[in-house]
Amino acid sequence: MTGNVLMVGVGGQGIISAARILAQVAVDEGFQVKTSEVHGMAQRGGSVQSMVRWGEEVLSPLIPRGAADVILAFEMLEGLRSLNQLRAGGLVIMNRKRIDPLPVLAGDAEYPAGIEERVLAAAPGTRIVDAGALAAQAGNARAAGAAMLGALAAGLRFAPSAWERALKAIVPAKALEANLRAFDLARRG
Amino acid sequence: MKKELLSGNEAIALGAYAAGVRFASAYPGTPSTEILEQLARMPGVYAEWSPNEKVSLEVGIGAALGGARTLVSMKHVGLNVAADPWMTLPYVGVNAGLVIVSADDPGMHSSQNEQDNRYYAKMAKVPMLEPADSQEAYEMTGLAFELSERFDTPVMLRIETRLSHSRTLVEYSDERRAVDLPYDKDAAKRVMIPGHARLRHPVLIEKLAALAAEAEGFPFNRVELRSPAVGIITSGVSYYHVREAFPGASVLKLAFTHPLPVDLIRSFCSQVERVIVAEELEPFLEEAIRGLGIALSGKEYLPRDGEFDPVVVYTSLQSQLPAEVAAAGAGDWARAAAADPDLPGRPPVMCAGCPHRGVFYILRKLKMVVSGDIGCYTLSVLPPLAGIDCQVCMGAGLSMALGMEKAFSSSAVNAGLARKVVGILGDSTFIHSGITGLVDMVYNGSDATIIILDNSTTAMTGFQEHPGTGVTVLGEKSPALDLEQLCRGIGVSSVRVVDPWDLAATEQAIKEETAREGSSVIISRRPCVLKRPPAKRLFRVLEENCNDCGLCMGLGCPALAREGERPEILEELCAGCTLCEQVCRRDAIQEYGS
Repeated sequence: MTGNVLMVGVGGQGIISAARILAQVAVDEGFQVKTSEVHGMAQRGGSVQSMVRWGEEVLSPLIPRGAADVILAFEMLEGLRSLNQLRAGGLVIMNRKRIDPLPVLAGDAEYPAGIEERVLAAAPGTRIVDAGALAAQAGNARAAGAAMLGALAAGLRFAPSAWERALKAIVPAKALEANLRAFDLARRG
Repeated sequence: MKKELLSGNEAIALGAYAAGVRFASAYPGTPSTEILEQLARMPGVYAEWSPNEKVSLEVGIGAALGGARTLVSMKHVGLNVAADPWMTLPYVGVNAGLVIVSADDPGMHSSQNEQDNRYYAKMAKVPMLEPADSQEAYEMTGLAFELSERFDTPVMLRIETRLSHSRTLVEYSDERRAVDLPYDKDAAKRVMIPGHARLRHPVLIEKLAALAAEAEGFPFNRVELRSPAVGIITSGVSYYHVREAFPGASVLKLAFTHPLPVDLIRSFCSQVERVIVAEELEPFLEEAIRGLGIALSGKEYLPRDGEFDPVVVYTSLQSQLPAEVAAAGAGDWARAAAADPDLPGRPPVMCAGCPHRGVFYILRKLKMVVSGDIGCYTLSVLPPLAGIDCQVCMGAGLSMALGMEKAFSSSAVNAGLARKVVGILGDSTFIHSGITGLVDMVYNGSDATIIILDNSTTAMTGFQEHPGTGVTVLGEKSPALDLEQLCRGIGVSSVRVVDPWDLAATEQAIKEETAREGSSVIISRRPCVLKRPPAKRLFRVLEENCNDCGLCMGLGCPALAREGERPEILEELCAGCTLCEQVCRRDAIQEYGS
């Protein structure tokens, strides 16, 4: 098995943690793993990207454009923006979440309309997730990242126990229960 | 032995710890910052945020001379600041090992340039190692210390963003060497008066030859013979991009890149028909290897700017290399579209409630010429604040203002701007390299006005402490540098403090100080809202009073969204700074709870 998962979104959405958890699962399952992320813009509302690659052997820590197997989009505009990185037949899992960037907030640009339709057209089989709703259902609005991972888990072939171990190892104790619930709701959804 | 996914930075810290490092110094700088932060958590290691990189290297030199293995880390432009001690240090030598980590930023993810610091190693005659992943970073850090002591030289560990912030598997041990070397006086070796230095330079030149011999056998250089049609010479993380793009090509992976292992290079080149050098940024390796009389290509096809990835390497070289050495799927990469340029960008912005925002709003309102610096406040350059006119390096926000004011004052064409010059920099930046500029301001006389944006932290790099916060990296209390007293001690004629959340007071201060003759410093003081979140206050837009004049939108606050015909305050982002309430002339913004 090899995997190239690109996670995109906005700073503060928990992408770096999500990438860390996915990477831990892949390590646990015995693969070589490399991840990449860019720091600094995380808390200042800029776009954030994390890449997780696994396989018998992983070379570059960067996923080549056009080679991502999965795009896990925590926010819709970033999901749309990253589509060119997806390989033919790749999977998009997109959160139905809109965060306006500054040019849109200022009225200088329009938030693109019909993103869901555009993404579905480019990547049939795209799964749209309302991570916020799932997180709320699980009891903690901030468990949206875990919901995204649950949706991802449904599309990958890692053992559920490996996911559970990774979540337990990385999610802070007081948030763990809600995160596990959100993860599970999304995975089964 | 443990096995874990670690970032390059974590791996370097662990490698230094295992090698017995007792002293670590740095100034925060992306992508290197976490190295010092990691070392600060390790028992038996003294770690400090120095005021700037020059000081960090100097204290590091002292520690190494004092017999403690020492690691000094910095981003690429940080070595510019430390270049003075850097250049003479090789003449002096070390005693206990001294490793300097220099972190480049190809692609400028968070830097003002993408300079190639490999030239610093060459210029100073310092041996340089380049790890390609976290395992190499861990092991090569230990080797760097051995090399440093065996050859009595500082060693540069040259890394870059994708090494620092990529996480790869590392097998490592918890064991730690004990290194505690005695100090002996040796002034002839360590005091670089010309008479001494003239004797030390030939020693350094000879040392370089010995290091070149050492480079030949360095275990992390690797020859990988595959197709004899093409041999690619590469180093650092680029090795992996090359392997992925051209899995069939022969590769010479260099890890000891100054001085170069010349015999190894010649031998490799003789075994392939065509030689390509694939390196990010400058043709550092290319020019050196061509200088050996070897025909090769490099920057003729590969870019000199930006960072590499497998796609850049593939698309640059594909027309030059036989198809059979290329990756099977590479055609798909090349066919993948570029990102849609019509989508709205998502630039980073100053946070809702950022104390800098009020200052820039007023400066723009008053149409000031603003000389800017490096920090979160640099984000003010974007519309709508469009807050700064120029920015070059740490501390220049202050000193450039002095020069501009003098040029305007002696100009006919720009005379009206002489009273409009404001220089701006943050508290950590001011301590880093603004103090000497302020001395110039007083000593050489200036009517400019300087604003120190004091948010009690080094924010952009991750809220590190600095001499003004009164807390060290180890979490210990220390005397906090008193900015007002320092400015007065330097002789600034007017020093005042304002709260940037009070727009009227801020405007008055800026108007008065820019009109005043003589040196002026305004300290704009309020803690960073991410580091010290204020009590939550709730504000909303009253539709009946709002006429959509857009004044509040001019603040560029991410918590203010224009939904349809009226601005709306996004409750989860709003920090309750009240700036929008203050600018509104129609009482259309109102607090309704907390």
